[in-house]
Amino acid sequence: MRIRTAGVVAVFALALTASGCGGDEPAVKDSPKAAGGKLVIWSDDKRAAALKPFAEKFGQENGVTVDVQAISKDQQTTFVTASQQGSGPDVMVGAHDWIGNLVQNGAIDPVQLSAAQKSAFAEVALKAVTFNGQVYGVPYATENVALIRNTALAPQAPATIEELVATGKKLKAEKKVSELLCLQVGQNGDAYHLYPLYTSAGGSLFGTTAGGDYDPKNLGVGTPASIAAFEKIKKLGEKGDGALKRSITPENSIATFTSKKCAFLVSGPWAITDAKKANITYDISPVPGFAGGKPAQPFVGVQAFYVAAKGKNKPLAQEFVANYLTTPDLAVALYRAEPRPPALTAAFDQVKGTDPDLVKFQEAGRDGHVLPAVPEMAAIWDPFGKAEAAIIGGADVTGTVTAAAKTISNQIK
Amino acid sequence: MPTQLPGAGPGLRAPRPGRPTPARPRADRPVTLTGLVVKIVLLGLTVGIAIWAAFPLIQTRAWTGLAILALTTAGLCYLYLTRRHVPAKYLVPGTLFLIAFQVLPVLYTVSTSLTNFGDGHRGSKQEAIVAIQTASVVQVPGSAEYALAVATTGDPATGPLVFLVTDPATGAVSAGDAEGLRPLQDGAATVNSAGRVTAASGYTVLNAGQVSARGPEVAEFAVPTAGGAIRATGLSRAYEGKAMRSYDPGCDCVRDATSGRTWTADPANGSFVAADGERLAQGWRVTVGFRNFARIITDDSISGPFVRTLGWNFLFAIGSTGGTFALGLLCALALHSPRVRATNVYRVLLILPYAMPSFAMLLVWRDMFNTDFGLVNQLLGLQVDWFGQSWSARAAVILVQLWLGYPYMFLVATGALQAIPRELTEATSVDGATPWQSFRKITLPLLLVALSPLLISSFAYNFNNFNAIYLTTEGGPFPSDNPSVGATDLLITYTYRLAFGAAGAQFGFAAAISIFIFALVAVISAVSFRRTRQQEEVYS
Repeated sequence: MRIRTAGVVAVFALALTASGCGGDEPAVKDSPKAAGGKLVIWSDDKRAAALKPFAEKFGQENGVTVDVQAISKDQQTTFVTASQQGSGPDVMVGAHDWIGNLVQNGAIDPVQLSAAQKSAFAEVALKAVTFNGQVYGVPYATENVALIRNTALAPQAPATIEELVATGKKLKAEKKVSELLCLQVGQNGDAYHLYPLYTSAGGSLFGTTAGGDYDPKNLGVGTPASIAAFEKIKKLGEKGDGALKRSITPENSIATFTSKKCAFLVSGPWAITDAKKANITYDISPVPGFAGGKPAQPFVGVQAFYVAAKGKNKPLAQEFVANYLTTPDLAVALYRAEPRPPALTAAFDQVKGTDPDLVKFQEAGRDGHVLPAVPEMAAIWDPFGKAEAAIIGGADVTGTVTAAAKTISNQIK
Repeated sequence: MPTQLPGAGPGLRAPRPGRPTPARPRADRPVTLTGLVVKIVLLGLTVGIAIWAAFPLIQTRAWTGLAILALTTAGLCYLYLTRRHVPAKYLVPGTLFLIAFQVLPVLYTVSTSLTNFGDGHRGSKQEAIVAIQTASVVQVPGSAEYALAVATTGDPATGPLVFLVTDPATGAVSAGDAEGLRPLQDGAATVNSAGRVTAASGYTVLNAGQVSARGPEVAEFAVPTAGGAIRATGLSRAYEGKAMRSYDPGCDCVRDATSGRTWTADPANGSFVAADGERLAQGWRVTVGFRNFARIITDDSISGPFVRTLGWNFLFAIGSTGGTFALGLLCALALHSPRVRATNVYRVLLILPYAMPSFAMLLVWRDMFNTDFGLVNQLLGLQVDWFGQSWSARAAVILVQLWLGYPYMFLVATGALQAIPRELTEATSVDGATPWQSFRKITLPLLLVALSPLLISSFAYNFNNFNAIYLTTEGGPFPSDNPSVGATDLLITYTYRLAFGAAGAQFGFAAAISIFIFALVAVISAVSFRRTRQQEEVYS
């Protein structure tokens, strides 16, 4: 009996030490007091790989450890939740239209840039990351949609959407293509891709304040102008010309273009990699507007770096974001990871010689609207998209747009 | 085969031959080596995990949590090291898991449903105030941008901080601390080409690693000036900034320094509100009582389409469960017949859909139903806009569920069929019953006794089958006059859109809806189980 008790105690103590020690090892490693401090950066998978060498260089220069972590899905929600719990990163990489939500959750801090630093950025990029008069992030790339066309099928860039439809119909009659235009709609619509046509037809989402910011209290959806705009869009829809179809979805739009089933694609710089892979001879031009209409203005989005408000090492994060990222080298490296036009003018000038597409995309987005960062924008996407899908499917315009406007204003109030 | 521990006990406790042995109490049975090893390893792991979990609790000073952890671990060790309390040995692990994975989440959901937790209302009031003040810090107009070197008058790791700032315009170096800014004498500091101080008499200039090791301290550090305060931007620059908005505990409000506007705290809604109703974006989490539940009932856009959505929800759950059961049973019956050869080949083929990840299959099916490019229309030569019309979309999602779900029903039905003695059906055929009659009167009722609980759980699962809808139709098609509820929306997809789709995440509201759906499913399940029990009484 005594032997057994001793045995139990001995083995028990062994197992305890083994599992106990194994368990607390990471706790020691995680300690923020590790030599020189630690900078944690979160980004998506693609950019994490491009960032790594630069982050390591920054770490060596400053005698700190830099950890770049890839967050593959739901980056914004993950970031907000994690920083609320105190387990978030010091620096976050993401789209500028997150800013409104990140600010209302107290997840990011303003970045204090000097006048010289600010002037190094493209104007539209800096405007995008400015929210309530404060700069909240350091932009590194801009993006907007343009019209990408297969030059083997359509050598001339169409000046108007009517011209595009005519060319498309001709090609379809000759059985060279099966679709007039690849502009993703899907069952539930896609406001982002439709926006150039919507603005050209005279529609708007919000009014603007005297300072040029979007005014969420002044909704543009549901106004007579927006109804007129959707009337024009309906004519392009399934019951009209058939240029806009719900069967063209975010999943198949680019693939349909690269398989030469349509001559025109409305998409962004991210589609170029696929087009090159499929050996398509292409050219890029601005999305054409309606004949006699307003200019077609796409949304301009910006990818930016943010300083987390609840980061463990803010001075280091600020040093990285405000002072280190404002150099062109990193912007060029990120461009090589994914070809979106760099927001730093110097970096853009450096790469534009080797990549004529960049200039064309920038040209297409020159008149663009900065994607609204106000939290109210979240209430627009879904009802607007569904109204778009319904109208393209042939629904009554006035009723649909009015219902969408009502849903939106109920959610914004 | 358990081995007995040599030399320990068995001699004493071995039953004496020749005497009738009554059932021995548990405590008297010998301890086997296997049992002992398992016990030691499991308890060791438990204690190990407890120690691992204790460190973060100590770090965050969560003493209540630590006490619970210590008590639970000590209790577990006591329970399994003593030979008494045998029933508790069986009950405690299950109870602990039940508390951890069922009771706590439910309680947490209930407590969340009584708050306004969501985007803009995530943290405490203090956090909201800090966020408002930080967000309002602007550079003092016309102030200089300084080059910064962080220094100390004492030990690099602990000594008091001093900001050595260089005005780029004049090259003048000043030292700043909590007292304010005072100029250094010419020549007292060495300045590099970028304008940063590299050495200064009386000060130890910290290197980047040393500064970042004291990061939080540096971030808080502010040198008061006439116009505001000098703060660090990173490790190498400083600016003179001023918080334009500050919290005044006297009036419990936030005041803007330039405009003089005030936003008063509204503890009922957890936000700062101005006199004209303007609300600051940064709010905090408060208890709102049953407001979330009231909203479910009173909000037209929720209660309006509720009945229709509920009706389709039932149809979907019944259709999915019934359809898969019918098809699965049909396959099982066909393969159960002794005349079928190579049944194993068929069985493998039939359960193939079950082996594929449903997540990916749902996306594939969605693309197959595409009007112009989908396989379904191309194969059948149709031009049906499957997801564009209410009833075709509904038929499509049930069809997808049928394909995904029948292998499971086939498996369980095959198992249950093999448990029914063939003599019973043979006896009916001797009595002159047709195969249909024998199936109807004998096989099916016996099957249902075994399978009813599975059917009920399948129903409950399909009732909340979020993926089946969200990954295919996303709830669509939506009527043109109401973009908030679609023809194939289940309660769960519909409420997901309400709670997370538009106005950001509203966890409090989502929790209230979950409780509502939970109550609904619980009632249905309870009623069904009661009826099943009656059925069992009839047939057994």
